[in-house]
Amino acid sequence: MVIPEIPIGKVVESGVYWLNDNFGFLMDIFSKFIDFLISGFKDILMFLPPIAFIFVISILVYIVSRRDLKLTIGTAIGFALIESMDLWNLSIETIALVLASALVALVVGIPTGIMAAKNETIFSIVKPVLDFMQTMPSFVYLIPAVIFFGLGNVPGLVATIVFAMPPAIRLTNLGIRQVPVELREVANAFGTTSMQKLIKVELPVALPTIMAGVNQCIMLSLSMVVIAAMIGARGLGYQVLVGIQRVDIAQGFEAGLGIVIIAIVLDRLTQSITPKE
Amino acid sequence: MNFDVYEGETFVLMGLSGSGKSTLLRCLNRLIDPSDGHILIDGDDIATMNDKELREARRKKMSMVFQSFALLPHKTVIDNVAFGLEVQGIPKEERYTKAEEAIVKVGLKGHEASKTSQLSGGMQQRVGLARALATDPDILLMDEAFSALDPLIRSEMQDELIALQDKLKKTIVFVSHDLDEALKIGDRIAIMKDGVIAQIGTAEEILTNPADDYVSEFVAGVDRTKILTAENVMKRPEPVVSINSGLTVAMQLMKKHGISSIFVVDPEKTIKGILLIDDAVKAVKEKRTLHDVLITDVPTVAPDEPVKDIIPMVAESQFPLAVVNERNKLLGVIVRGSILGALTIKEED
Repeated sequence: MVIPEIPIGKVVESGVYWLNDNFGFLMDIFSKFIDFLISGFKDILMFLPPIAFIFVISILVYIVSRRDLKLTIGTAIGFALIESMDLWNLSIETIALVLASALVALVVGIPTGIMAAKNETIFSIVKPVLDFMQTMPSFVYLIPAVIFFGLGNVPGLVATIVFAMPPAIRLTNLGIRQVPVELREVANAFGTTSMQKLIKVELPVALPTIMAGVNQCIMLSLSMVVIAAMIGARGLGYQVLVGIQRVDIAQGFEAGLGIVIIAIVLDRLTQSITPKE
Repeated sequence: MNFDVYEGETFVLMGLSGSGKSTLLRCLNRLIDPSDGHILIDGDDIATMNDKELREARRKKMSMVFQSFALLPHKTVIDNVAFGLEVQGIPKEERYTKAEEAIVKVGLKGHEASKTSQLSGGMQQRVGLARALATDPDILLMDEAFSALDPLIRSEMQDELIALQDKLKKTIVFVSHDLDEALKIGDRIAIMKDGVIAQIGTAEEILTNPADDYVSEFVAGVDRTKILTAENVMKRPEPVVSINSGLTVAMQLMKKHGISSIFVVDPEKTIKGILLIDDAVKAVKEKRTLHDVLITDVPTVAPDEPVKDIIPMVAESQFPLAVVNERNKLLGVIVRGSILGALTIKEED
């Protein structure tokens, strides 16, 4: 008895090709939009020369972190180190990719999370999709991304968005669901509309949890942006990739260090924005 | 069940946990939808209102105070108090003015900009109360509003609610599982059991005339000295002797009734003093008159004086207490025995 071979891979493959043939124009529009986002962020970040940028970002960190001097000085030294390793442009490109993908992931993810929290039907659909998205190895996203968008920054970003979105959805959903019953009752008892209830009570109360989701989303974006170098995304990830391929320890290590610096700054920054009890 | 709450009264829904009192309260503003029946407020049926009408009623007619305070953690005290007004879309300046009034009413002036988490439990519930008052509703729904507070603060808040209610004359529906609290603040009390009302009445009605075994068991542990007043425990002022009668009449009356002292009144029943039998005997021997031995410094109490305050007076005084009205007319007499009798739970009589 031989179990017949079911051509799952082939079926998916032909489906992906079919989508590409018939909805290619949508992909093009999407691709243009992503490109625009990335270059937009890049232009903004590149506007200032490194020294001025370090100065501005330090002041920004100082204000946002509510005068955390350690974080401010650390940020300044970290970025100075990046510049001294001659990784400035690559780092800016990586940051632009992270910001662009996190932005899209959050703009889609947070409203989805809110809807999932409000509606059990939506939740029951979203939940298995999220499970699926998160259990898939991140490399797997690269394949359809390449088929639809070719090589380069755009497919890298698409894979990143898909990879980084689940925590934003999950934690928004969780945050809204965890709003104490009495606070909902307060909102209702004083005659709020459901929109008022959401904006004046639920979102502010859920904010710390939602911000944890934002933090996760940004951190996952960074990790995926590096992996996406395999399909042509540029930035520090590409530098690491080349370092691996050529067994160039120096280059690989420097690029890796740059990524770590960016990761720490982004992490601390998003965490310090989160309101404390 | 079917009951009325009158305008301007404090109506307490009272029962053990699980008796359905909180559910009943939440039906009044439809935080829980009643499955059947009608809730009429000024003739409008809350139960059949559509969303818009209901929202309007919740904004203008009634507001709620919660057991767990349920303050919004991201807002300051004044923004919490102004929440109901904010929901109504009232401009910031106006709602701060109104919120400020409410804050002053509950005695929180000076804490407007505080974070709610910095306040003590009692102060947090003051914020909750101010929030409910800020929209100036006709009806206040209070769900175990003071149960989460420690006993001293609770008692203080009850006193302040009573004082506030004297001025504001809101219609208050107050849910409580604490009978002492219910008896203290309630004009009328509904005792609930298993989702039905066992008895509705004033504190005194429920204490003196419980409707069934459940209610009488329920009120058995009550500190009656706080509820019962002089009026409830006094005996009829008999016998008394007229100021115009002689000592012999007084002595005869005392002998006949087996008592050692007797109150002396004028024809209008105004109290003049008390006569002791020993003094009377001595006075007769020494040929003196009633006026000479009459003790005019008699302890008196008003008819609405709580028994709790009378007990020490009775204990210290060697005479019976005279219960008098504001014109000093003798209404009744309290001896030690009459208090003890009133405090023992009445058997079927």
